[in-house]
Amino acid sequence: MGKVWRISGPLVIGEDMKGAQVYEIVEIGSDRLVGEVIGLEEDKAIIQVHEDTQGLRVGEEVKGTGTILTAELGPGLLGSIYDGLQKSLTVLLENNSFIERGAKAFALPRDKKWHFTPTVKVGDAVGEGDIIGTVPETHLVEHRIMVPVGMKGVIKKIAEGDYTVIEPVALLEEDGGGEKEIIMMQKWPVRKPRPYRRRFAASKLLITGMRILDYMFPLALGGKAAIPGGFGTGKTVALQQLARWAQTQINIYVGCGERGNEMADVLHSFRRLKDPKTGRLLQEKEIFIANTSNMPVVAREASIFVGITMAEYFRDMGYDVLLVCDSTSRWAEAMREIGGRLEEIPGEEGFPAYLGSRLASFYERSGLVECLGGPERNGSVTVTGAVSPPGADFSEPVTQNTLRIVDAFFALDTALANKRHFPAINWLTSYSLYVDWVKDWWSAISPQWETTRAIALKLLQQEAELEEIVRLVGPEALPESDKLVLMVTRMIREDFLMQSAYNEVDTYCVPLKAQLMLQTINRFYELAQQMLESGVTTAEIRTSPIIPRISRMKNIPNDEAEERIKELWAEMETSLVPQRGGVA
Amino acid sequence: MTLDSLYVKETKAISRTKGSLLIAESIPGVQFNEMVDVRLANGEIRRGQAIDISKEVTIIQVFGGVSEVDLVASRVRCKGETLKLPVARDILGRIFDGSGNPIDGGSAIIPRDYLDVNGGLVNPAGREPPAEFIETGISAIDGLNALVRGQKLPIFSGSGLPHNRIVAQLIRQASVKKTEEQFAIVFGAIGISYDDADFFMQNLEQTGAREKTVAFINTASDPVIERISTPRLALTAAEYLAWQEGMHVLVIITDITNYCEALRELSAMREEIPSRRGYPGYMYTDLATMYERAGRITGKEGSVTVMPILTMPDDDITHPIPDLTGYITEGQIVLSRDLERKGIYPPIDVFLSLSRMMKEGIGAGKTREDHNNVFMQLYAAYAEGCNLREISTIIGAEALGERDRLYLNVADRFEREFISQGEGTKRKVEDTLDIGWSIFSALPEEDLKLIGEDLIKKYLPKYAGKA
Ligand SMILES: Nc1ncnc2c1ncn2[C@@H]1O[C@H](COP(=O)(O)OP(=O)(O)OP(=O)(O)O)[C@@H](O)[C@H]1O
Ligand SMILES: [Mg+2]
Repeated sequence: MGKVWRISGPLVIGEDMKGAQVYEIVEIGSDRLVGEVIGLEEDKAIIQVHEDTQGLRVGEEVKGTGTILTAELGPGLLGSIYDGLQKSLTVLLENNSFIERGAKAFALPRDKKWHFTPTVKVGDAVGEGDIIGTVPETHLVEHRIMVPVGMKGVIKKIAEGDYTVIEPVALLEEDGGGEKEIIMMQKWPVRKPRPYRRRFAASKLLITGMRILDYMFPLALGGKAAIPGGFGTGKTVALQQLARWAQTQINIYVGCGERGNEMADVLHSFRRLKDPKTGRLLQEKEIFIANTSNMPVVAREASIFVGITMAEYFRDMGYDVLLVCDSTSRWAEAMREIGGRLEEIPGEEGFPAYLGSRLASFYERSGLVECLGGPERNGSVTVTGAVSPPGADFSEPVTQNTLRIVDAFFALDTALANKRHFPAINWLTSYSLYVDWVKDWWSAISPQWETTRAIALKLLQQEAELEEIVRLVGPEALPESDKLVLMVTRMIREDFLMQSAYNEVDTYCVPLKAQLMLQTINRFYELAQQMLESGVTTAEIRTSPIIPRISRMKNIPNDEAEERIKELWAEMETSLVPQRGGVA
Repeated sequence: MTLDSLYVKETKAISRTKGSLLIAESIPGVQFNEMVDVRLANGEIRRGQAIDISKEVTIIQVFGGVSEVDLVASRVRCKGETLKLPVARDILGRIFDGSGNPIDGGSAIIPRDYLDVNGGLVNPAGREPPAEFIETGISAIDGLNALVRGQKLPIFSGSGLPHNRIVAQLIRQASVKKTEEQFAIVFGAIGISYDDADFFMQNLEQTGAREKTVAFINTASDPVIERISTPRLALTAAEYLAWQEGMHVLVIITDITNYCEALRELSAMREEIPSRRGYPGYMYTDLATMYERAGRITGKEGSVTVMPILTMPDDDITHPIPDLTGYITEGQIVLSRDLERKGIYPPIDVFLSLSRMMKEGIGAGKTREDHNNVFMQLYAAYAEGCNLREISTIIGAEALGERDRLYLNVADRFEREFISQGEGTKRKVEDTLDIGWSIFSALPEEDLKLIGEDLIKKYLPKYAGKA
């Protein structure tokens, strides 16, 4: 097609590029580096290159491919590890521990056979999104093969048996009379949202197993959330925890411009950890994108769109999908770098003026929808993105633009992290707009949820005020009732909100256990208040053997929680009693 | 050898200079980032790199600057390759400058290979999670911020704080529990004073580690531009020793602040749009491409552990240099001026410090079964003590209750007994943990709620040995 005219880092300008389209994929030079046209000017094309351009020369060939950036969709996605362009890193690993420039690898294996079972028969009329058959992709997930968007007609032939993703499994007679083969693999342009029939408001809690989320700042299926925080405050651990335990059917982990060792850690842990509900290996429901910080920056943008496209594809089958992205700030920085090289007029802090709309184009692809096609089904994509604000300063553009888009905001706090209070989600500044939406869901677990939650949050608010006073007058000068508040809020913080990701039992807490735990602390508060009134001091209450038992509730396995915590209640009632002769 | 390397690619047509950049006519066949020689009228040759090339112009970054370059007699000759470092096992024991030339008076290296200084791109799926504990003998590190092989753990220091002494101690004492394996140190000095460089080399000499060390030294008086290449050379040498010679390599790079200043200077010369405080917007990625070279690779013997040192301008941890570093590395060891003033060595601020790979490297079979619990309980107790200390500075310690005074005392003991240790003292990790237990003895037992009951019965001095 054309030739390289200029090379400036990840940006290449091609000449003789007449006929190229914006967003067309091109291959550059003898290594066939993948680039994407992002602008045209007469016969010149501005190309962002997704691979390292070192060693490239002026005059090398630029070949158009006629296609834009697409993702491959079909059986074989689950358990895969991809780079930002959806190249299979496992395939690339077969001959080398290092990634060579220009190395190619399909996302879906072409030689693997999958067992296809039809769900339609010859003569059935089908349209886009209709499920025509299923493949048991893993023990956890049945892959539903759908008629690709844009196709409809009558089934003329349908197969049953073992096929690769590029062999036809059905033949369609189109309305006009033509025939079309359906293979199990579809391709979809990653920047374009996949269609659905209609959208609903989120209403069901997405169980994450993290108490501070499920209980205090719930996430809903189909929701969008951000988790901002300075370095080392726990974004990655939180996202990893979500990807591990969230009770969605498919989880997608996008590592965008972050650490290689972390990726290795995630990958290894998913080969070992089991889904709490089914006991199957977690990687059976997981897809990984590993685009580490030392990889070419341009691919960061692609990685996010590739991830969300795969998420939508599984949503379209009728599944609940969670996508976590660590970190959207690295993506924004990649935009800034390209923008700077294009000499665009920069917005705030050098970010391009379209930062906000680009972020929205990612988050807005979340949602709970009724899928296209039959049988009728709903699916959802929930998105949670990490934000890495420079200097942990939330007033910076990426955090601020994200805040405008998301409905739940889990603010990580450096001071909490430094004190090793994890998850370091600040309970005073975080929020979730889904609280009202999931009320019904929660009341089915426990009618007390709303009140217990409100009491706890109010006490924590009170604690913040009391601490100001303590700083001036010291803890001893407080009235007994305030001392008790501090004792109880400490319990709420340390024995309820704190939750170690590394504790085998506490890493995943079911909603019921969370409810029982907080209810215990509430009841403790009530009983202790009565004791105070009868003349017992907080110093005396503090020595109660009940207190260490409350702090060890975390270590009770989920399935024993109800029985053992209720035992504790019984003991509380008999041992936390007002002084005889005092006011009862 | 490819055909086009037989042609000499050369030009005399230099149209202008801009900062340390030369703008020359287009050189057919030049590669992006190719190394060039700039020959001056007086015969001197300077190295440079083609950083932006097109059909119209070639922009060359001249290492060593453009002074004495003239537009008539100077010429640019392409070297046909990007910056490479000649490597061989013999680099051990040698000292090089920031361009990779020997400066120890020894002979030239007979290379076994020439490696691109930017290193290869490790497939993330082929990385092995770091998990092997490195015993440094320093309690504040081993006990609370343990280092493992393949980790990147920087030291955030401030001017005048004893980071050099701590690193020297660490080099003297660092051992991995399995000792038979091969160990090497790569030292990269960026823009540091001659005295500091000398201090390190002397220390290595005394440790007897000199012949296990490769040093790349760019002192404050050496060309600024070589501050960009020095750490890359060091990491390339480390990768060679780790991936091809199977060695466990500890890379010390000091001072990253000087590196970032050089990066900022370069960026300004290129008239790029600056980001925070004048540093280039790509500084995160630039630093990441260096720090990320630490790690382990599945199926390979060796490892690369990287310990960069940086001085925080104004002791400000939110400054872009420590901030971006912290966003890339797997934790950080932060030095505290307060502790230093109190006479505590090493003055490690354990709240701001963090080792994210620690959990993989500690516990039964690695250090000791109680390590994780002791670690958490120590943090909690010290945090409480520090909080009360702050309150007591206003209201006086007398106004505190008995229990609170206990914690105040624990915080003091923690600093004096646990963190503080002699520069020549090497503590075994078991001893470190035992100090923790002796501090716990001062607390009511029911306060040790982060420790399993079985461990309390086994290790708390009042029970220990009685079980
Ligand atoms: N829920 C948790 N339980 C136990 N430890 C945690 C938890 N969350 C965070 N941590 C601790 O905090 C450290 C830092 O967390 P993490 O790596 O997630 O930070 P981050 O916000 O992703 O930082 P960065 O922006 O630099 O990537 C972890 O290595 C771990 O030691
Ligand atoms: Mg992280």
